[in-house]
Amino acid sequence: MGIIRSRLFVLVPAIGLAIVFLAETAVAAGRSEPWQMWFQPAASPVMERIIEFHNFIFIIEVLIVVLVLVLMGYIIIRFNAKSNPVPSKTTHNTILEVAWTAVPLLLVIIIAVPSLKLLYYADRIEEGEMTLKVIGNQWYWSYEYPDHGAFAFDSIIIEDENLEPGQPRLLSVDNSVVLPAETNIRLLFTSADVIHNWAVPSLGLKLDAVPGRVNESWVRINSEGDYYGMCSELCGVNHGFMPVHIKAVSKADFAAWVEQAKQEFAGENSNAGVRVAKADTRVR
Amino acid sequence: MANEATAAHGSHDHHPHGWRRWLYSTNHKDIGTMYIILSIVAAIIGGAMSVLIRLELMYPGIQFITDFQFYNVLVTGHAFLMVFFVVMPAMFGGFGNWFVPLMIGAPDMAFPRMNNISFWLVAAALVLLLISAFTQGGPGTGWTVYPPLSNVEYHPGPAVDLGILSLHLAGASSILGAINLIVTIFNMRAPGMTMHRMPLFVWSILVTAFLLLLAIPVLAGGLTMLLTDRNFGTSFFETSGGGDPILWQHLFWFFGHPEVYIIIIPGFGIISQVISTFSKKPIFGYLGMAYAMVFIGFVGFVVWAHHMYTAGLDADTRAYFVAATLVIAVPTGVKIFSWLATMWGGSLEFPAPMLFACGFIFLFVMGGVTGVALANSGMDLAWHDTYFVVAHFHYVMAIAAVLSIFAGFYYWIGKMSGRQYPKTLAKIHFWMFFIGVNVLFFPQHFLGMAGMPRRIPDYPDNYWGWNYVSSIGALITSISTVLFLFIVWRTFAAGDKVPANQWGEGATTLEWTVDSPAPFHTHEVLPDMTVQAPAE
Ligand code: HEM
Ligand SMILES: [Cu+2]
Ligand SMILES: [Cu+2]
Repeated sequence: MGIIRSRLFVLVPAIGLAIVFLAETAVAAGRSEPWQMWFQPAASPVMERIIEFHNFIFIIEVLIVVLVLVLMGYIIIRFNAKSNPVPSKTTHNTILEVAWTAVPLLLVIIIAVPSLKLLYYADRIEEGEMTLKVIGNQWYWSYEYPDHGAFAFDSIIIEDENLEPGQPRLLSVDNSVVLPAETNIRLLFTSADVIHNWAVPSLGLKLDAVPGRVNESWVRINSEGDYYGMCSELCGVNHGFMPVHIKAVSKADFAAWVEQAKQEFAGENSNAGVRVAKADTRVR
Repeated sequence: MANEATAAHGSHDHHPHGWRRWLYSTNHKDIGTMYIILSIVAAIIGGAMSVLIRLELMYPGIQFITDFQFYNVLVTGHAFLMVFFVVMPAMFGGFGNWFVPLMIGAPDMAFPRMNNISFWLVAAALVLLLISAFTQGGPGTGWTVYPPLSNVEYHPGPAVDLGILSLHLAGASSILGAINLIVTIFNMRAPGMTMHRMPLFVWSILVTAFLLLLAIPVLAGGLTMLLTDRNFGTSFFETSGGGDPILWQHLFWFFGHPEVYIIIIPGFGIISQVISTFSKKPIFGYLGMAYAMVFIGFVGFVVWAHHMYTAGLDADTRAYFVAATLVIAVPTGVKIFSWLATMWGGSLEFPAPMLFACGFIFLFVMGGVTGVALANSGMDLAWHDTYFVVAHFHYVMAIAAVLSIFAGFYYWIGKMSGRQYPKTLAKIHFWMFFIGVNVLFFPQHFLGMAGMPRRIPDYPDNYWGWNYVSSIGALITSISTVLFLFIVWRTFAAGDKVPANQWGEGATTLEWTVDSPAPFHTHEVLPDMTVQAPAE
């Protein structure tokens, strides 16, 4: 804390910019960096495409803002009462009006095409190699592995005072969800109580867990590592305290972990999805 | 077209005094004034709530809000206050009441008594909302009130019920106000004041009134269903009883998206008047401007599910909503370019209202381009429910609306009070506010890019930097707001008297033909507009 506060005295924008470049080159971050201004590095094909699409529309956005600012700046200098004491009476210019209707329309179409491609690409896959079921609870996530003997477990935040060195605050959980890298994974979401949202920024994942419904998405994690996220739909008192921690491992390690997990979580699988929310009111 | 009977009736200037003048008021100016005062009161409370939020988020770790339900109530209360009790009363109730009759040459509103009840309903709604916030934990649902969280299992106690009743009253008030303004605008224009000669502010209020008339009943229906789910055992939004929580989201956003245009469209109107006045030129492309608002209002009703991209809607549905939402960029572009073209060739003056108008254009363009980006369902996988969205909507609607309110305030306060605001202080106010809100909200784009979710009382330590900057911005903004309150006081306490038309040749609309302050009764003899040029 003290260290963080003392950084205050350093030039804020300079640091910010430096970090952007750092963040772009950072290896296997899986979570945000200090002063980060951009996306977390992509760790899935969906996120790669999101960033690619964004790079494209971002140029258009910047051009529009710059155009308007430059026009405004020019107008303010050129047409202020001192430099232009007699106002013109022009109130129409058909060509101009058609142009500024048609050009935005064209831009919109240019944006819509790749946008819809991305939408359908991110939506779902025909065949997953395995399925993970994600269940939202107030205020923790449960995971079920239906293709691996349907064992299940809860994943609960680690309180600040119990953190071990290296575990990021508010992102670490007792049982992280282990998944194989380089595997097409089908994801199913539901909730045992209110609406939650399972989100992992570096993987481009975000979908509501809605009680009484099953939502579907998919992910392919490019490489092994730790990927973090947080609940992204207001779900009550401890909404800020139900993180997601994915540990992506090799296929072999995943198989080994499955065997061990089957033993460890043997007692839990019967009721994971249907358990009613525990009234776990954290008081700090 | 004009109401001869009303005009003939009131050449005598007797009116009630003391508390009766206000409580029983049927005078559009007095009611407008009460709306503006209510808005300022609500802004102080709602603004204080947002400062508390920003102070809590200034550093990682819990600072002083140890009760997270209370944190959620602050977020919820801030939004409801700002939307229903600050922006809407100021623009629609306040400026709408004051200046629509003055601008179209009508002696008052069509239904003066209904006008009175509209105001007192919203005042009662404000009281109910405040009671709700302090009842048994308060409503910690966010302004979206999504069930099941808002249902009785997860929010037992009367807080959410009181909130629902508050919105019902505020909604009834808005519907009555909307009917009143629509009837006034359609029937009480002075001779020669055709629809296509109405000032754009009047057009903006007309479009807003129709949005309210069509959107609020849907909200009211949804709220009533929620109320019966909570209290009478129905299950419209409960899967276990054959209902569906997503149904609420459709109903809410069918209202909610038009609502953001209800907030910003009167702002379009104010900005058009201000820019035209201080460019000393009529608005460029008047008809395009008017119908762009009509078109925005229209399309605003068919884009609601862009707020639900991650709810689990199927891909084809989302594809439609992407396309429909992107289309809104077109009329929005028309408005921005027409404002610039109005200024082009003008003889520009930059008193405080014009500064706020230029600030408005910048914020609105910023929020507009992030809006076009957010319209893409694919991008929402990265941005939905992050601070990027918070930054976007504060730019495009919340702060842009506040800038237009300030622009309107400085533009019209001379007409309303008869006094000159302190000019230099008002410019300082603009610069402090403008810098403050940009320091406050611009870094939130970065937080959202980096993945920080909204509506959380604490965040992973790596998000600290930009949160700190953002909170500093909130402090600058709140100091500028204190300055504004001082300016208001100074204006009334020591402002010089202003003439009927304080802005000179650029101010061509009818409100500048009556004395300042505008007398209790105006346009008792209807102005004849048949020979005049369009009052754009
Ligand atoms: C100028 C001062 C303002 C400040 C400092 C401010 C600050 C904030 C903050 C900190 C949040 C919470 C974000 C979150 O946790 O998700 C928020 C949310 C919000 N604000 Fe503001 N805001 C301001 C003005 C406004 C205005 C004028 C409006 C309305 C027109 C507005 C509408 C909202 C809405 C609708 C939300 C979302 C609440 C929710 O998540 O349910 N704000 N604002
Ligand atoms: Cu949550
Ligand atoms: Cu919307």
